[in-house]
Amino acid sequence: MDFKLTERDEMLQKTIREFAEKEIPPRMDTMEETGEFPMDLLKGLADMGILGVITPREYGGAGLGHLARILVLEQLGRVCPAMPMALQVHHMCTYALNTFGSEEQKKKYLPPLAQGEALGVVAVTEPSGGSDVAATKSTGRLEGDKYILNGRKCFITNAHVSNTWIVPVMTGEGRKGMSAFIVEKDFPGAKTGHIEDKVGLRGANTGELVFQDCEVPKENLIGGEGNGMAVALGTIGSCGRPGMASVGLGILNAVIEEAVKFATERELYGKPISNLQAIQWYITEIYSDLEIARLLAYRAGWMLDNNIPADAAATLAKQWICEAAARSARKAIEIHGSYGILKEYPIQRLMRDALVAVPAGGTAEIAKLVLSRIAIKQYQ
Amino acid sequence: MRIIVCIKPVPDPKYAGREVLDETTKTLNRQDVPSVINPLDKHALEEALRLRERFGGEIVVVSMAPEASLPLLREALAMGADRMVVLSDRRFAGSDTLATASIIAAAVRSIGPFDLLLCGDETTDSGTAQVSPQIAELLGVPNLMHVSSVQVSDEKTFRVQSQIEDGYMIAELDPPMVLSVVKEINKPRYVTLMAILDGEQKEARVLTADDLILDEPWIGLEGSPTQIVDLMVPEKKTKAEMLQGDARAQAQTLADRLYRMGFCHG
Repeated sequence: MDFKLTERDEMLQKTIREFAEKEIPPRMDTMEETGEFPMDLLKGLADMGILGVITPREYGGAGLGHLARILVLEQLGRVCPAMPMALQVHHMCTYALNTFGSEEQKKKYLPPLAQGEALGVVAVTEPSGGSDVAATKSTGRLEGDKYILNGRKCFITNAHVSNTWIVPVMTGEGRKGMSAFIVEKDFPGAKTGHIEDKVGLRGANTGELVFQDCEVPKENLIGGEGNGMAVALGTIGSCGRPGMASVGLGILNAVIEEAVKFATERELYGKPISNLQAIQWYITEIYSDLEIARLLAYRAGWMLDNNIPADAAATLAKQWICEAAARSARKAIEIHGSYGILKEYPIQRLMRDALVAVPAGGTAEIAKLVLSRIAIKQYQ
Repeated sequence: MRIIVCIKPVPDPKYAGREVLDETTKTLNRQDVPSVINPLDKHALEEALRLRERFGGEIVVVSMAPEASLPLLREALAMGADRMVVLSDRRFAGSDTLATASIIAAAVRSIGPFDLLLCGDETTDSGTAQVSPQIAELLGVPNLMHVSSVQVSDEKTFRVQSQIEDGYMIAELDPPMVLSVVKEINKPRYVTLMAILDGEQKEARVLTADDLILDEPWIGLEGSPTQIVDLMVPEKKTKAEMLQGDARAQAQTLADRLYRMGFCHG
């Protein structure tokens, strides 16, 4: 196996790192205070090719693959984890359109999403829970040349800052009774609801989408009638989980940098605390988490790029990395001592960000359930 | 319009202080610090890109660097340069500024006629600021340093603003010329993901000493009139002084000191 990144990947890492370090920090205080995504940066993100990283070039994107996307999100997350949180959900929308959409749908919706006219969303979770997709209660019924949608989606990243929503609802009964639709924000009956006030990943907007007799043109059915489950699960599995793994990976990058910075600058007993074995062990554990996280995330991306089934790899990466980010952030707070709970030190924000990343896009428990099924099937 | 831009890989200034000096060769040991394109050279390339956007033409990047630097230098192609010439030969190692300028001038002659040659004013590693005037001299063309603005009324007349102490001067020049720029001239663009892919299709040609008509023996350590006798890391000294008197007296003393040191005006 070749673990070396290509020259292209290395240049991509460097250029996104440079962009992130210069453009995001001046906006982070406001993001943290208001809980709002910095829409003024949207054009810059589009110009860089970040919004359309996995969108083919003929639809205005960069046309890169899953590993490249992970590298991009990791570098953004190293500076501000809320940024890849918002963008990974946007990418889910572009992924769903490109994978399941018709040529007309791709031509209509992908270019504006790549060019920064707005963000996109895949809205699956409902108030009854996000883990059990089959229990979706929102409905759609065909009336003439339109579907009429009713229901409510919650915990939706980018809800209030997006205009293109991929929405799976029930158009029939059972597993084949679900269909997915491309809903524009301005369609009659489409509304945004409550905005969530989260403890972490605050710069990524989260809230509700509400459909009250929402009129969706028939041609906005995506993936065909009855294939909504495949659209939802396919997008979550191949794009959402690697995306969330990248958010966790970004957090781990930031955590180790903050931990090492503090441990090498803070002096106790006349020398930096990095000389103390207790601190060294913490740093080793955080470092190990980061290195293992990279292997898991990059492997999932590489498998997807090489058309190797990656359900297990992506699920493992999402679950393990987000939990690793949370436990490593906790250890970094221990290294900081009392400074770790002061708002002027970024480590407390990273802890909050990691806590939000763990259940986002599917709880750790659901991921473990999926993995246990795979393991039992494989080794029985 | 043909614009040549000289660029150089240097240790990333972000890691300043981590470089280790080689006591024997009196050079920087660059292996432990990642390299980047010299920051001011990116301003030079940005200016070239802006001029090409207005007047069309070709941008050729020239760099004297080890072949291993090629992936790093490709960033210039991703930024928008049309092609790149990398001067790489063991015989070039240890070249001082004059030898470097001689090699670059030979490469420029091999490229053919040009209108403008742009450099960064100085590099962050050696910081001599000698190479651009030396290239100009060797090529027999005018040179301006500390350039903060380039205006072109038509393709024939360049109106160039150069920073001087307590002000600036404006000169009008006809091409060809060599200009070296300061960071105030522009803000270099980011390399986009699409540009990285486009850059991969562009030509990066490696030339050795055998490919150039060189003014021997001005190449390498032996052909360099400058021999470094010693190189050392300056010792950082800090001094603390406790001011005497009550708060008002201490403030007065501090203000007086700052005024005398030139920190306050008026």
